[in-house]
Amino acid sequence: MITHIPKRLAILLLVLLVVLALFPLWGKLVFAAKFTFLMQKLTGIMILAILAMSLDLLVGVAGLVSLGHAAFFGLGGYMLALMSPQYDAANLWLVLPAGLAGVAAAALVVGFLSIRTSGIYFIMVTLAFGQMGFYFFNDSKLAGGSDGAYIYVKPTVEAFGTTLVNLDDKLSFFYVTLGVLVGVYALLRVLLASPFGRVISAIGVNEYRVQGLGFNPMAYKLVAFTIAGTIAGLAGFLAATQYGFVNPAMLGWHQSGHVLVMVILGGMGTLFGPVLGAFVLELAHFAFESLTEHWLLPMGVMVIAIVLLLPKGLAGLLLKWTDRKEDGP
Amino acid sequence: MDFWFFLIQLLNGVQYGLLLFLVASGLTLIFGIMGIINLAHGAFYMLGAYLAWWLAGVTGSLVAAVLLSLPIAALVGYVIEAVLVRTLYKRDHLDQVLLTYGLILIFNEAQRIFWGNDVHGVAVPQALAWSFKLTETLSYPAYRVVLSVVCGALALVMYFVIAKTRFGMWVRAGASNREMVAALGINVKLLFGLVFAIGAALAGLAGAISTPITSVAPGMGDTVLIICFVVVVIGGVGSVKGAFLGALLIGLADTFGKVFVPDFASFTVYGVMAAVLLWKPRGLFA
Repeated sequence: MITHIPKRLAILLLVLLVVLALFPLWGKLVFAAKFTFLMQKLTGIMILAILAMSLDLLVGVAGLVSLGHAAFFGLGGYMLALMSPQYDAANLWLVLPAGLAGVAAAALVVGFLSIRTSGIYFIMVTLAFGQMGFYFFNDSKLAGGSDGAYIYVKPTVEAFGTTLVNLDDKLSFFYVTLGVLVGVYALLRVLLASPFGRVISAIGVNEYRVQGLGFNPMAYKLVAFTIAGTIAGLAGFLAATQYGFVNPAMLGWHQSGHVLVMVILGGMGTLFGPVLGAFVLELAHFAFESLTEHWLLPMGVMVIAIVLLLPKGLAGLLLKWTDRKEDGP
Repeated sequence: MDFWFFLIQLLNGVQYGLLLFLVASGLTLIFGIMGIINLAHGAFYMLGAYLAWWLAGVTGSLVAAVLLSLPIAALVGYVIEAVLVRTLYKRDHLDQVLLTYGLILIFNEAQRIFWGNDVHGVAVPQALAWSFKLTETLSYPAYRVVLSVVCGALALVMYFVIAKTRFGMWVRAGASNREMVAALGINVKLLFGLVFAIGAALAGLAGAISTPITSVAPGMGDTVLIICFVVVVIGGVGSVKGAFLGALLIGLADTFGKVFVPDFASFTVYGVMAAVLLWKPRGLFA
């Protein structure tokens, strides 16, 4: 895990953030024809970036490689779908806390059972729980089975009788998602700088030493697992709001694997790396798809090239690059 | 449930389990000896199945197709180990996961480019296209019996090779302590290449001989991969004996799950795995 971000890198990341935040202005001029589509695409990528950051807390910081993380993402989405009245709007101030509480409870139970194992066994147990979640929604009639469920009316965000944000409006939702992305990043940075975060990072490096120092690693791992699951649930909640639709594939191992690839590709334990990973992977996917029908081929070559050439992912490259410049004369 | 119906399900479960063992044994050896989590292992299964379907069409004989696809799968495995995987032994497990994930994408796309998106079937060879008659209404296809016998025989051969030969000694030594094997002057590069190629060949063989009883379809490798990981982890990573019992357990759990709780059939496999790991966090034989 990294704690220090070089100044140049911080500036670079801020510039990227501003470019993203101003997309609704410049995007309209540059990509007039595809603007609406791109707005949706970017919002979707930001949601995946939130999910990737939450997974990084487990994989990159605590050293817990989960292959079932999407289960909490999907569960967050299903929470909204199940709590929304069919033809009415749900109240965000009720469904969001209730939904997140539900996801947190599920993460607590799954985490309690999974953290007993470690290494590849942890990967497989989380996979097993993820697949159980997938089949639960796929096979049961609870929310449309394998067809998924629709959320016809988006939740309202009101205070004292006035609407604060209209989530149906693409532009508003873009900024809501951007706000959540930045907020989650800040929250995780604060968390990692806290004594709790130090212990979690130490567990990722050497669990036995942490135990030797008198901490109970299990309790810390369980809290980290629950926090990560809840943030994933928040991302799923946003995804369900954006598309107005949930389906079991949101919980499946393909989704979990996809997010894990974003984390590794972007650079584990850096928080900003997985965000970059989400953008690079999804934008490359989009670009290759519009170029060729056989887009998986360049995608696979790109992934392999990054593994072979950039041992610490995209973040590793940026860190090396910006650090070297600072060291120079 | 009457006896014959139960027997048929039992045979199906064992046959599925033995087939899974062919794929899972390679996976567990590759992880145990080389420390590589090989996500592309399912792709070799798919490769074997597509090669068998394609070569059966070209040569007109499934047996010839299976025999031809075996060395091809082994060669592809050896080349991938020598060119790509070899560079990553000193790196983190997750880098290998990412590399083999990239390989899955390439394999899946290559399959689409060479053989298209259609679902294919392969006919059972003429000589085996008959059934054992059990009762008036129930019968059991001969091909499935032959399949089980072939897989069972291979499992025996594998046991003999691993327990009795010098190569098997290297393999066992490698699974328990990789560094020590290298220190004792054994050509580890060759050993790793061979293990990877044999694993690929076994997965390819499983794909090839299963073509008459399943469909040859895009994405077939991914499904098998996940189930085989379940098998490997239940048995204990690196243990061939564990993979054998894990494969039978999963084969039976899946088959009987489909009979008893058809609505939650897929649930049973993962339920069994979760239960085993909560009981023994490192698998049955690790």
